[in-house]
Amino acid sequence: MMQAFWAMGGYARYVWPCIGSALATLAWNLWAAQRAYRQALAGARRALAMANP
Amino acid sequence: MWTWFYRLASPPYVYGFVGPAIPWLLAAAACLIGYGLVAGLVFAPPDYQQGDAFRIIYVHAPSAWLSLCAYTTMAVAGAIGLVWRIKIGFAVAAAAAPIGASFTLVALVTGALWGRPMWGTYWAWDPRLTSELILLFLYFGVMSLRRALDDAARGDRAAALLAIVGVVNVPIIHFSVQWWNSLHQGATVMKFGKSQMPGSMLLPLLAMLCGFMIFFVAVLCQRLRAELLMRERLAVWVREAIRT
Amino acid sequence: MTPRRKRLYVVLAILGGVGAAVALATMASRENIMFYFDPSQVIAGKAPPAKRFRIGGMVVKGSVTRASGDLTVHFVLTDFAHEVPVEYTGVLPDLFREGQGIIAHGTLRGDGEFVADQVLAKHDEKYMPPEVAASLKRSAAARPASEGKGLE
Repeated sequence: MMQAFWAMGGYARYVWPCIGSALATLAWNLWAAQRAYRQALAGARRALAMANP
Repeated sequence: MWTWFYRLASPPYVYGFVGPAIPWLLAAAACLIGYGLVAGLVFAPPDYQQGDAFRIIYVHAPSAWLSLCAYTTMAVAGAIGLVWRIKIGFAVAAAAAPIGASFTLVALVTGALWGRPMWGTYWAWDPRLTSELILLFLYFGVMSLRRALDDAARGDRAAALLAIVGVVNVPIIHFSVQWWNSLHQGATVMKFGKSQMPGSMLLPLLAMLCGFMIFFVAVLCQRLRAELLMRERLAVWVREAIRT
Repeated sequence: MTPRRKRLYVVLAILGGVGAAVALATMASRENIMFYFDPSQVIAGKAPPAKRFRIGGMVVKGSVTRASGDLTVHFVLTDFAHEVPVEYTGVLPDLFREGQGIIAHGTLRGDGEFVADQVLAKHDEKYMPPEVAASLKRSAAARPASEGKGLE
């Protein structure tokens, strides 16, 4: 039962990489957006510190 | 009506407005994508011709859709920035580009992995495939053009201009399967009249399409916040926002 | 790098990108529009001899024969007006079956047989479970209708 699901009717080596790449890209987008936000926040804090030391 | 429009053009208002929405959007996207994956991969019946390989549609079609929506968003936001001199337009355009580019890549990769067993080839110089590849190059061009110019404001304007010129590619991608003799099949969902799919297959696909769209909006909001902080880091509102 | 030099590189990069896009588009349209023939055109002698082109049509039911021992397969393509025999050696796509629309790349041999080096299967935008397809087929058999709409 479980095995049949993972086998995807013989198309496992096409289906699972597709699902995997899509999920990886969803995760990358979350991570990259969060990183951009953190970097922008740090940049703004630096600018603030430089303006009034 | 116009005050609402002008408020949308105000960075501090938008910054404060989109932040609280992000967790809700992400939760909705996670529910829809989770349901779509389980229903599409487990409960939907296999296709009568393609068997289980057809399940690739559940990630391929939403990614391709998102790639077109993100490009249109980028071009429209860039045009708003150019025409009305609204800075937030450029910020939205800059935020949309990397998201759209990443999903264009997913659409191309999953399409190749679907094409190999079904059509018999990973890649064909087919109108639909070629125009989607050009979309990827357009994303790269817009992103590198923005970064290449020393003056940030000029970089924004140049990138917006390229994005607007490239928007002709969007209808070409969408209608390519009708206009030319294409290896790629026609539209399944975006079609008036009778659906080309029974409900047990269609419902998970619609959930995935909506889920990807909401996910795009959520990530766009977070990237927009980053863009606004960076672009306005000397403004008074940013100082107040980061102090809290 | 001076700003002027940087601008020059940007312009060159854009020109290169636009050039690549145009090159891709022409390549695509050449493969797709210029060298595509259907069986009727091939029978009428419109296809270029000894030159690669694409032929599209439906695989005639019962025409697929395989030589035992190797991967060579023979079948007949039709556009419901004329038929062209095809020879192909290699792995066929999973969607290749009798009654399926396909596109073959290759050259026309002197004896009128098309020698394909690539066979691509086309499918339509309809998806359905196997049981539904089977019951549709049964009801279609009960009520004889013109099967197989125009290809391409």
